[in-house]
Amino acid sequence: MVYRGPYKVRVEEKDVPAIEHPNDAVVRVTRAAICGSDLHLYHGMMPDTRVGMTFGHEFVGVVEEVGSSVRNLARGDRVMVPFNIFCGTCWYCARGLYSNCHNVNPNATAVGGIYGYSHTCGGYDGGQAEYVRVPFADVGPAVIPGWMDDEDAVLLTDALATGYFGAQLGDIVEGDVVVVFGAGPVGLYAAKSAWLMGAGRVIVIDHLEYRLAKARTFAHAETYNFCEYDDIVMHLKKITGYLGADVAIDAAGAEADGNFVQHVTSAKLKLQGGSPVALNWAIDSVRKGGTISVMGAYGPMFSAVKFGDALNKGLTLRMNQCPVKRQWPRLFEHIRNGYLKPSDIVTHRIPLEHIAEGYHMFSAKLDGCIKPLIVAGS
Amino acid sequence: MTYTSERPPLPETSEQLRARIPGWGADLDPKDRPSVPKLQWQEDRTGAHWEFPERQPEKWPRERSIEHEFLTPVFGTSCPPAGFSGMLRKLSYRKYSEGRAAHWLLLLAADRVDAWESHIRSLLTLRPDNPITQTGVLSEFSRHGVSSRFGKKRADVKHQMLDPVIVTGPWVLVGGLVFAAIRRMLRRGGR
Ligand SMILES: [Zn+2]
Ligand SMILES: [Zn+2]
Repeated sequence: MVYRGPYKVRVEEKDVPAIEHPNDAVVRVTRAAICGSDLHLYHGMMPDTRVGMTFGHEFVGVVEEVGSSVRNLARGDRVMVPFNIFCGTCWYCARGLYSNCHNVNPNATAVGGIYGYSHTCGGYDGGQAEYVRVPFADVGPAVIPGWMDDEDAVLLTDALATGYFGAQLGDIVEGDVVVVFGAGPVGLYAAKSAWLMGAGRVIVIDHLEYRLAKARTFAHAETYNFCEYDDIVMHLKKITGYLGADVAIDAAGAEADGNFVQHVTSAKLKLQGGSPVALNWAIDSVRKGGTISVMGAYGPMFSAVKFGDALNKGLTLRMNQCPVKRQWPRLFEHIRNGYLKPSDIVTHRIPLEHIAEGYHMFSAKLDGCIKPLIVAGS
Repeated sequence: MTYTSERPPLPETSEQLRARIPGWGADLDPKDRPSVPKLQWQEDRTGAHWEFPERQPEKWPRERSIEHEFLTPVFGTSCPPAGFSGMLRKLSYRKYSEGRAAHWLLLLAADRVDAWESHIRSLLTLRPDNPITQTGVLSEFSRHGVSSRFGKKRADVKHQMLDPVIVTGPWVLVGGLVFAAIRRMLRRGGR
C-alpha cells in the first residue's frame, strides 16, 4: 500500500525491502491492521508524510531473511513486532522507555521510531504490505507463542498494549470511577483493563452506537452517547455525585469529532494539530486532583488545550506512546487466563488489494467498523 | 456528597464486580503493573548485544533534526526528499529546531506540495492517480454508506454536508484570485 496524498492510497509494486543494517530482518507479513492513528496520516495531518510511503505499524508475520548480527531470530519464525522501533541500549531503552528510543529516529528527538508513521517518526515503511524491514530484530520482535493465533498477536502489537497502558497511566486504585473517551479499539481495551486494575465503575463515551454496544458487551462498561446530551461533561458530573471521575482516559486523540469550529480549524484547515475536544472533555470531567491519561494520537503541532483548568484543578496528566514490549508478558498471562480475548473486536478482514476501500470505510465509520485487519499475500 | 468528606457511593461493591467481570482485580496492586515504576532499569536489554549499535550506511545525505548531535545509527529509507517539496523539507530540517512552529509548518506545506507534485507527475505515467479507486469511495456503496450514517446519532453527520464546501472552497477562492490577477495584468498590458 502506498500513500498518494490526503485521503488517497493505492496498491503498488515496490521492491522487497533489503537488509540495510546487520541487525535487520525482513518479515513476510501475514496479518496487519489499520489503526485509528493511521487516520492522522491518511488525513494529511502528520507533518512529513511523504507520497510513496507505506503505512502500517501493527503487523505480524514470518521471518524471511536476517542480517549478519541477528542471533535471536531465524528464518521461518512466526513473529509479532511492536509498533515501536527501538535499540535496547540507549539512555531511554535502558530504563524501559522503548517508545522514546534515541537511536532510531534522525528526523526528530521528541518522538521515537514507528513503522509506517511518516518521516517525523523516522521514515520507515510499514507493514500494510507483503514484506517489511524490521530494524533491531534481536530487540523488538518476539516469537508468537504456539497457543496464540495471529489475529490475537496483531492486536498486541499496539491496540491492546496501548489500551492496557492507558489504564495503567491512570494510576487506578480499587473503587475508582474511570471514564474513557472514545470507544475505538484502544478505548475498549482501556475500559476492559481498568477492571483488571480494580476500577469500581467504568464509563465509556462515544457517538457511534455500534461501538458503545461493544463497550457494553466486550468491556462491561456503562455507556453514554455524547450526541444525546447538550453537555456531556455536565452529565458526567451529575452521575458521579457532582464530584467527577477519578481517572479520565483520552482514547480518541486528535481525530476526535468535536463541534463545527473544531472540525473546520483542525480536520479541514489544519490550523491545529488536530482537535483536542476529547482531551478538553477529560480535563473538565475529572475530579479535582484526578488523573488524566492520554492515549489518543496527537501530532507535533499545537492544539488548543485547556491548560488553565488542568492547573487550577491540580490534575496529573500522564501520557506516552506505549512501550509495547514491556506489557507483553503480563498480557500473555491475561489472555491465557481468559480475561482478555483481543480478537473479539475485529469486525473486518480486508485483502491488501482492497486497502483503499478499507481506509475509506474505517475513516468514514461505515458498516459498523471497529477494527479492520489486512490480510496480505492472498 | 461533594460538600462532605465521603465519596459518592458506587453502584456495585468490589465483591459484586469480582463475580461479574472476568479477571476483576487481577492487577489490583499498583506496584505490580508492567510499566510501573516508569524508569526501571532493564537488565536484559531485551536481547541487545551492543553498547552502541553498529551504524547503518548513509546512502544519500539523510535529513535530520538539528536537535540530534549526529545521524542516528539506524534510520528509515522510505522516500528520500525530491523536487520542490524536497527542497522545503531539507530547508526545514537544516534551519529550524523542533521547538519552532516554522519547522512543522514548513513540513506540512511541503506535504501539500508533494501531493500536488506527485499528482501532476502521475499524469505523465501509465498509471495516473485515480480519485475513485484511491479514495475508496466505492465502499460507500458496498459498505452501507447511507445506513451507517443516518438515524444513528453520529456527531459528524451534522457537518458532513458542508465538507465538500470546505474542501473545494479554498481552491475556488485561489482560482478566482488567479483569474482576477491575470485579468488585471492583461488590462494593464493592453493600455
Ligand atoms: Zn496503532
Ligand atoms: Zn534505544
